[in-house]
Amino acid sequence: MMNILVCVKQVPDTTEIKIDPVKHTLIREGVPSIVNPFDACALEMAVRLKEKEGGKVTVATMGPAQAKNALKECLSVGADQAFLVTDRAFGGSDTLATSYILSRAVKAIEAKTGETFDVIFCGKQAIDGDTAQVGPEMAEHMDLPHVTLATGLELEGRKMRVVRDTDEGHDIVEVELPALVTVTKTPFDPRYPSIKSKMAANRAVITEITNSDPDMVCDPECLGLHGSPTKVKKTFTPNQSKDGVIITGEAGADAAMKLAAMLNDAKII
Amino acid sequence: MSKFTNKNIWVFIETDGGKAKSVGLELLNPGRMLADKAKEELVAVVLGKDNTEAVGQVQQYGADRIISVEGEEYEKYSFDAYTYAMAELVEKYQPSAILIGATNNGRDFGPRLSCRLKTGLTADCTSLDYEELSGNIAWTRPAFGGNLMAVIMCPDTRPQIGTVRPGVFKKTLVEKEDAQVVKEEIKVPADRIRTRLIESVREAAAGAVNLEDAEVIVAGGRGMGGAEGFRLLEDLAQALGGAVGASRAAVDAGWIGHAHQVGQTGKTVGPKLYIACGISGAIQHLAGMSGSDCIVAVNKDPEAPIFKAADYGIAGNLFEVLPVLAKEIRRLKES
Repeated sequence: MMNILVCVKQVPDTTEIKIDPVKHTLIREGVPSIVNPFDACALEMAVRLKEKEGGKVTVATMGPAQAKNALKECLSVGADQAFLVTDRAFGGSDTLATSYILSRAVKAIEAKTGETFDVIFCGKQAIDGDTAQVGPEMAEHMDLPHVTLATGLELEGRKMRVVRDTDEGHDIVEVELPALVTVTKTPFDPRYPSIKSKMAANRAVITEITNSDPDMVCDPECLGLHGSPTKVKKTFTPNQSKDGVIITGEAGADAAMKLAAMLNDAKII
Repeated sequence: MSKFTNKNIWVFIETDGGKAKSVGLELLNPGRMLADKAKEELVAVVLGKDNTEAVGQVQQYGADRIISVEGEEYEKYSFDAYTYAMAELVEKYQPSAILIGATNNGRDFGPRLSCRLKTGLTADCTSLDYEELSGNIAWTRPAFGGNLMAVIMCPDTRPQIGTVRPGVFKKTLVEKEDAQVVKEEIKVPADRIRTRLIESVREAAAGAVNLEDAEVIVAGGRGMGGAEGFRLLEDLAQALGGAVGASRAAVDAGWIGHAHQVGQTGKTVGPKLYIACGISGAIQHLAGMSGSDCIVAVNKDPEAPIFKAADYGIAGNLFEVLPVLAKEIRRLKES
């Protein structure tokens, strides 16, 4: 029997984000919120592991009340229970503070349920921040081993063999449980909810864990903006207008000859 | 004056089979810039089983000092052994900053190290600068899928750590082979290594495409219409002695392997010449190639955003343009 936790994040669908051409800021209005796609892969991997080995899948997220929608989505595709980690004191956290809070929340969930987790899954990174830091940092806060970039796994007793993406191909890494695994794009797709599972998820009770929860023991110095060693100094949109030489309205062959001549004159080829 | 006593800019040199991975050598280039501005030393840190070759490589790229740690436990990457050794070195030498290549291993190692040291890490940076008054590094990185750039600092803790994407900086040979080599003995207790590498598989496709080192890249997107379209690109790439890249759309369509993908979720490249064919120029793609010296775009839509990023371009039918372009380039090169 496996007691599994999956940490998820609600993110804006970054493929839908546009830049305001005048103000050069992100237009976030009307951009749908989704479960981070890598977290959805992690959840699917967790649910498959549960289906094979038996056990339970818990999901947790840190965020505002609205992030409950992401948890409900997870409940509709195989998660058994959900926790929302939410408090104003957690706002503005960078990855070190976020991973600290989540690691404390893991302990709080374990205290509430009276069971410890065998494996914790995270997506390899969130598509809004793209840092890939929270998973390994959570493992460090809890002194657990971790394996990143998993695409598959096999369990043999208390040992897990994880297929891990490398720059050159892939590795097979063995780790003893409990451990934390981050998941990249898997060869299988996350499942879809049924109408019945969606309705059940909508009715489900999501437990909130705040900073004042008796099971949540956090060092106040390590939370939020104050507990974050990195600070965002400024943001800007990448400038792309180069005013290059663009050949238009000419037959393909003529344009190609001209371009080759220009590249040759400029000593680029 | 910086409020810290920490000194020196470190570059972590990841090794693979005894050789330094390219990105570590690339990082000696911005590392030198930072060290000069800070009036501090540039130090390369090499972990491996036998570092003779890697140390020799580092000496060609201009570090002032090289710290070499050798041991069986460093032959293959494990987060435990690497974090243990690096944390020991940081404790002993108190560096001001550490640059790590944003390889799969670098991005596994960076967060583990920064969390152990309780300091800040900025991931996947695309440019770096140094603030002289504070000694803070300004780390610039893309967020929101490349739609936004953020400048991050780590003002209150040291060392400040960042990972930098391969291909963002260029390796620069330096005639300075007198770097002092310091050998450190660090033995990681066996019970502190909690992962075991069972098997390491090299996939030919991943290794054969070396986009980061290519001087010319000819890349194709959705406008190539299919896998056959990429033959035109291969021909043009061959004429130029370059490699073939692709946008995410072409990779997702299955026309070419992921190893060829350029962009936010693929590789970051900075060749002398980048020819984008049938690529509209989504921000995610631009994030991976806008550092190229010269960008050429060929696209049938004159309004495509790629033309804004281009130095030269043709708004026209690429199936007519590309064969003639390849032929003419061959002729010009031969003459």
